[in-house]
Amino acid sequence: MRMLINVPETVVADALRGMSVTYPDLTVDVEHRVVMRKGVPYEGKVALVSGGGSGHEPLHGGFVGRGMLTAACPGEVFTSPVPDQMLRAAAAVDSGAGVLFVVKNYTGDVLNFDMAAELAEDEGVQVAKVLVNDDVAVTDSLYTAGRRGTGATLFVEKIAGAAAEEGAPLDRVAAIAHQVNEMSRTFGVALSAVTTPAKGGPTFDLPDGELELGIGIHGEPGRERRGMMTSGEIADFAVDAVVDDLRPDGPVLLLVNGMGATPLLELYGFAAEVHRVLAQRQVPVARSLVGNYVTSLDMAGASVTICQVDEELLRLWDAPVATPALRWGC
Amino acid sequence: MNAPTGSAVDADFLRRWLGTATESIEREADHLTELDSPIGDADHGGNMRRGFRAARTAVEQEPPDTPGAVLVAVGRQLISTVGGASGPLYGTLLRRAGKSLGDEPTVTAAQLRDALRAGVDGVAQLGGAVPEDKTMLDALLPAIDALSGALDAGGSLAEVLAAAAQAAEDGAKATIPLRARKGRASYLGDRSIGHQDPGATSSALLIAALAQTAQEAA
Repeated sequence: MRMLINVPETVVADALRGMSVTYPDLTVDVEHRVVMRKGVPYEGKVALVSGGGSGHEPLHGGFVGRGMLTAACPGEVFTSPVPDQMLRAAAAVDSGAGVLFVVKNYTGDVLNFDMAAELAEDEGVQVAKVLVNDDVAVTDSLYTAGRRGTGATLFVEKIAGAAAEEGAPLDRVAAIAHQVNEMSRTFGVALSAVTTPAKGGPTFDLPDGELELGIGIHGEPGRERRGMMTSGEIADFAVDAVVDDLRPDGPVLLLVNGMGATPLLELYGFAAEVHRVLAQRQVPVARSLVGNYVTSLDMAGASVTICQVDEELLRLWDAPVATPALRWGC
Repeated sequence: MNAPTGSAVDADFLRRWLGTATESIEREADHLTELDSPIGDADHGGNMRRGFRAARTAVEQEPPDTPGAVLVAVGRQLISTVGGASGPLYGTLLRRAGKSLGDEPTVTAAQLRDALRAGVDGVAQLGGAVPEDKTMLDALLPAIDALSGALDAGGSLAEVLAAAAQAAEDGAKATIPLRARKGRASYLGDRSIGHQDPGATSSALLIAALAQTAQEAA
């Protein structure tokens, strides 16, 4: 596998150096692995801190900016960050109004953010947490680590970030984040395995002509393997999975998300199929977003996330945002 | 510093354990990552290697002078450098074990067993796993039981730790037919069956390093 890297050990630091020279609105602490907005802390405003393993770019660093995250803590590839990073970020961004940790539901992320929250509270920072767990492919939550956090993370970070930008207090920002997560569902499909820099080869074998249904975002195999399906058939499967689970009775935000190696040409075609199935299921789409946002390195495939919104959530979704990866209204 | 003895554990013993454990993790890192590929995310070896290198450096730079302090220092480094679930879990294991040893300059094999038990309780509490969930507990719990049994039978330090190491290795192998119920492997359901758990495997390496340290001192 050919990769555009120097050595596997420095991929995360190298990427942070690149972000640092590319985005003047961000402060990138390469040594301590924290990406922050310039000018923190913002007086009177709640700060949002997220983080997770690297390899999901632009999540989370690419979502740092006005109207979204205040700081992000990238871990090693597919490995949660360590508590020291979140603690450093929290201390730097807290204005006294408190910090919301946005945590994807993976054992490592949960444990490290929990430790960080405890340490931050010891230092007088008020911390609230929201756990994102939107992946409907995990059906047997009793016997697993529970539903994974995937595409809905973007919705949570955008909408709660907008509330924080408007000056909402911590309990309100946290409640909105919980609401967005509660109202969101995701289903993902992989057309190829993923290559991690450390391993240099695929993390599992996916023969030609087969796909994995119900994947996460770490190259882990999915719930089920099937023979290749068309874009339309995949849309039928994925939309049914999220709609049957959420049972929305109002308009939804839609994210048609690429896993990293699927071209936009294919994603747009897939988005058309997803809209077709949602229309058949009588689910109105209030807003759509198509692109590579919550990725899994070089995995080919896509995920579908829906989030049922009321007027308030839709207003916060439409509010101005200025980050490397999401930008509108400014 | 006390000369190494065959019956008691001091700071020097655990510093040598750390050196042996780090070498063992270095040697087995690729294997751990290989085990972590089909049922995890192919990073366990690299993460453990990063953590143990950092721990060894920290302990060399500021050598703690009690066995408890060595374990606490290693645990703290693992939490700060490993990430993933392994960082907090191994960090908690060693910090709890170290705190349970207090600040005594030497401890007995029985105290070491009690410390390991305190550490493992901390792991179970943090991770919420029970035996046969296909986790590191499946190596650690049998190791403690074997250590206890060998102590009751009057074994020397080297003998009781050898028994623990054998039980840990057997326990790690016994995870192969299990269905994972915790951590990332749990998402695979039945497809996690047939693979040895990487966390149980690294746990067995750490216990084996204890046995080797005792054997070299005996």
